[in-house]
Amino acid sequence: MSEPATASYSAVRRSWLRDTSQVSLPVAALLMMLAIIFWIRPSAFSYFGFTLLFKLATPLVFASLSQMLIIMLGDIDLSNGSFVGLINCVTVLYLGDWPIVAILIYLATIAVYAGFGLLIYQRQLPSIIVTLGMSFIWLGAAIILLPSPGGSAPEWLSNLMSWRSPLVPLPIWIAVLAAAAGHLVITRSSYGPVLRGAGANPRAVERAGWSLLGIRLAVYSAAGFLAAVSGLLLTGITTSGDPNIAPAYTLLGVGAVILGGGSFKGGVVSPIGTVAGALTLSLAGSLLSFLQVPPTWQIGSQGIILFLVLAGRVLISERES
Amino acid sequence: MPSEQTVPTADRGQTFLEVSGINKTYGGVHALRGVDFKIGPGEIVGIVGHNGAGKSTLMNILAGVTPRSGGDFNVERHQVTSWSPHQAQAHGLRCVFQELSLCSNLTVAENARIVHRSLVALDWRKRARSVIQRTLDEIFPGHGIPLETKVANLPIGTRQMVEIARAFSVTDKPVRCAILDEPTSALGHEATRQLLIHIRHAAGTGTACILITHRLDEIMAVCTRTIVMVDGRVVAERPTAGLTRSALVNLMGAIEAPPERRVSASPKMSSRGFVVDSAGKDATDLPIQAASGEIIGFAGLDGHGQRQRLRALFAAARRKSRKRSASSMAYVAGDRGSEGVFAVWSIAENLTIRSVRALCRHGLISIDAERQLAGTWSDKLKIKTPSIDSPIVSLSGGNQQKVLFARALASDASVILLDDPMRGVDVNTKQEVYKMLRDQAENGRCFVWYTTELEELTNCDRVYVFRECRAVVELSGEEINSSRILEASFGGGYV
Repeated sequence: MSEPATASYSAVRRSWLRDTSQVSLPVAALLMMLAIIFWIRPSAFSYFGFTLLFKLATPLVFASLSQMLIIMLGDIDLSNGSFVGLINCVTVLYLGDWPIVAILIYLATIAVYAGFGLLIYQRQLPSIIVTLGMSFIWLGAAIILLPSPGGSAPEWLSNLMSWRSPLVPLPIWIAVLAAAAGHLVITRSSYGPVLRGAGANPRAVERAGWSLLGIRLAVYSAAGFLAAVSGLLLTGITTSGDPNIAPAYTLLGVGAVILGGGSFKGGVVSPIGTVAGALTLSLAGSLLSFLQVPPTWQIGSQGIILFLVLAGRVLISERES
Repeated sequence: MPSEQTVPTADRGQTFLEVSGINKTYGGVHALRGVDFKIGPGEIVGIVGHNGAGKSTLMNILAGVTPRSGGDFNVERHQVTSWSPHQAQAHGLRCVFQELSLCSNLTVAENARIVHRSLVALDWRKRARSVIQRTLDEIFPGHGIPLETKVANLPIGTRQMVEIARAFSVTDKPVRCAILDEPTSALGHEATRQLLIHIRHAAGTGTACILITHRLDEIMAVCTRTIVMVDGRVVAERPTAGLTRSALVNLMGAIEAPPERRVSASPKMSSRGFVVDSAGKDATDLPIQAASGEIIGFAGLDGHGQRQRLRALFAAARRKSRKRSASSMAYVAGDRGSEGVFAVWSIAENLTIRSVRALCRHGLISIDAERQLAGTWSDKLKIKTPSIDSPIVSLSGGNQQKVLFARALASDASVILLDDPMRGVDVNTKQEVYKMLRDQAENGRCFVWYTTELEELTNCDRVYVFRECRAVVELSGEEINSSRILEASFGGGYV
């Protein structure tokens, strides 16, 4: 056998390069879309233009980060979108008049969310099945609460979402802060490796003396919390309730995580990449309007954009391996 | 036995870890039957034994990974009832597991962080780097391992070095005892030497070591005491001083059943020629040859290349059979769940899948022929089922394995490869299958049989013993007995 210490420093540089390229793909796609939009309509390059372009991206950023936590554990969450819808309905019904009730319901739903996470772990169930079932439970609960769309968001919430923040528009502030917070916790903090390790090689983390039960409980609760934040912000933007408001968030969130360099195998996720991915995907719709694609073709074209960007991700990882 | 031993082998006062009467059962299988074990500071204890002797189970129980089924457990003279990996860590017990337990998506430094709970402050990354760097430099001087590379990008030998260094690295609590399970399986010669020097050095400072290895030279070089395990029991415990390799091998074979020939060895290699003939990869690797009517055994420790060789034989035969120049082969998988059984199919469908081409009439599978073939062979092998249309998963493991045998035997194959198929099969089924194999061999079929159970090899006409991915020794007839096989597996001076 030859001496094993063959990994050279060029290998280090390559692996750093790979990490940057993970984030650079969604960022490049985002910048390209913005460039096309501003080339077609230069007047959109303004404080107001940016606000309009990224307004609807804010809740998707949090839904995607929530999905990212689940994918980090090697699971997938198909109930994300209906959970956001339920929070939306609870918010318009209770938050204005009975804030305590609303907060209790938020906490209870997050606890149920975490409970399903535990069920998946303890019974060794496939998360795709359990969360698919959960999505109907959340949707059903939302429809029981609010049979037809309506209601109105508390005024302070809609005022908050239309606040004119200094320097850059609010959606950009929120996206940057969320990405920075995620990066600090998941990538830089001393608990980051433990969380990511638990997704990739749970046995190794368990053997190092950590409780997988505790880790999964914490991560699922955090994911539920982020999805609830997404629902709150969405209500602030739309100002009314609708159980079926956000089913698309489930798959857009998965797309954002993968676009941002995450892997379905678990353990490999990038918060910055995920946020950039979420902004990219929500901008795709606006881009198509600017290109004057007829509305009947928009959904299909959005799918093609998603397909092209994800194909770019596959090509990059193939070239590197 | 080098005499640089700085630590006296005698008891140095208090023991660190003492267990007695440890039992472990998985379902009905006894992995450990009443094991007593103790280790004190500065001791180096070697554990040897054949596959399935219970070494890794014992280690997992000591490490808190597997709960014990019964027995007393004392750490520093205090009795413990429940023992977890976290408690083990807190008491300074560290492990290097056989299947490495590094997270491949993390960097070397991040992997170090996972075992060190005290590395939480803002500068944890710097401290994790420095602690693992220091330990790597200490154990493997000149290693050159980059610390910010993901473990997935490191070669396997380097990963093993990282895992070893991680086990010996110290932040807040000293390492009291290190358990190393096959730590040198992927290490190069120089790294192995460095590790053994380090183990001896650590013992000098009071760290106890438990070394589980198949390489007896390593045991002889560093251990103060050696424990021999057979069938979940400790059969011998000796100071290593004065012990010889062959004495160790004899201890391992001591309570094995006396060699009893079940086959009358008759040289069948006549002018009929070989139905299997595959050259080795170099001069030290024996060619595998088998004539029809022979039962050939593949022996040796698990994972020493037997399965790869078996698959290479199968692949070669498939290539040749396209040119119709070789006899056809069938393969009986040992890992039923993942490569043998079609779980949602019936017994009949599972049994006949190898023979579909022969069952075709006018391009479609003939249902009558299929049922007849399945019925005949399920009767012949006495598969216990109300109907051959029952789902295969309704059968017990042993009977599922019989269906897989029947699949191969019902086919037109003249050579049948067996990939350790009797794991987890009850004794009666085994006896039935052995008899069936011998009958089939007398009818001119040839079997190549990889098994991890020494006793089964007495059914073979000839046996190839594998070591380090090479067929190193060929035994035939009366030479096939446990001690000869053990000697060859461990690389003893076979002459």
